[in-house]
Amino acid sequence: MNKKAFIKIMLKDEVLDPQGKAVLSVLKSSGFDNVKDVRVGKYIEVDFAGEIKGGHASLKEEAEEISEKILSNPLIEEFTIEIK
Amino acid sequence: MDNKKIKAGITVFPGSNCDADVYRVLNGVFGISASFIWHKDKIKDLGGYNFIVIPGGFSYGDYLRSGALAARSPVMEYIKDYASKGGIVLGICNGFQILLEAGLLSGVMLTNNSLKFECKDVYLKTLNTETPFTCALKKDSLLKMPIAHHDGNYFAEKKIIERLNDKNAVIFKYCDENGSITELSNPNGSMHNIAGISNENVNVMGLMPHPERSSEKILGSEDGGYIFQSIIKYIKER
Repeated sequence: MNKKAFIKIMLKDEVLDPQGKAVLSVLKSSGFDNVKDVRVGKYIEVDFAGEIKGGHASLKEEAEEISEKILSNPLIEEFTIEIK
Repeated sequence: MDNKKIKAGITVFPGSNCDADVYRVLNGVFGISASFIWHKDKIKDLGGYNFIVIPGGFSYGDYLRSGALAARSPVMEYIKDYASKGGIVLGICNGFQILLEAGLLSGVMLTNNSLKFECKDVYLKTLNTETPFTCALKKDSLLKMPIAHHDGNYFAEKKIIERLNDKNAVIFKYCDENGSITELSNPNGSMHNIAGISNENVNVMGLMPHPERSSEKILGSEDGGYIFQSIIKYIKER
């Protein structure tokens, strides 16, 4: 099957993102003063080979479990998954 | 009970770097029998230890999130089992982050609001002395200990904070040298100046500052020693 999950992880909107704030201030001081806000997240590619694990019906479901239990911390982050 | 008979386990992950300091303090300063537990060791029953310390450092290079990968290693499964049976577990700095990621404590550590690695002495106020980690202290005692972290900005939703307060599970708060809990004395932006919390059964505590770096006079403070003295006292009186 050899498919990939492309997982994007971002801090929830209500959680302060100090990294984003730092980038924002540098962008503004570099003359890009039309920039309103910046949020920094993570992008993770997971390459699968073989059968789906964890009793899931689809690879997307397995990737959801991986994202929820390990790749993200649901207290402060949320994720989106694309399978290709 | 002779201190030598007290057995402590110190977990070691790839990237732990305060393990030897904790070892030195427990064995050299307090004369107990501490030994290392490598994260892959298959010591399924940790019952032979009187307490476990998860030391500071940068386990797995802080990849993904501080403590996230160490929290999923085999030894943490054994520690969860040990803690569920009432075993005493102390997580220091990265050890605190690992306990949060493992779900043994509630909440999460965000990057310091200064965006800097903060390395300096801080003062802590003792809020709860009815724990294995603070029973040798008086309420409101001030302790001087160093911090050294990048992600120590404690965050939790309101519900969790309320529950921590209800259960007296906020054990230490950052304060100034007079004991006032102020914004200025908060080194990392931590909610309500929280520096150390426990679980509801108070047998698991996470602490951002380093008691093992402040247990000997030559290091500028012996205040951290009270944490280990408390654990020893608790074990002897149990």
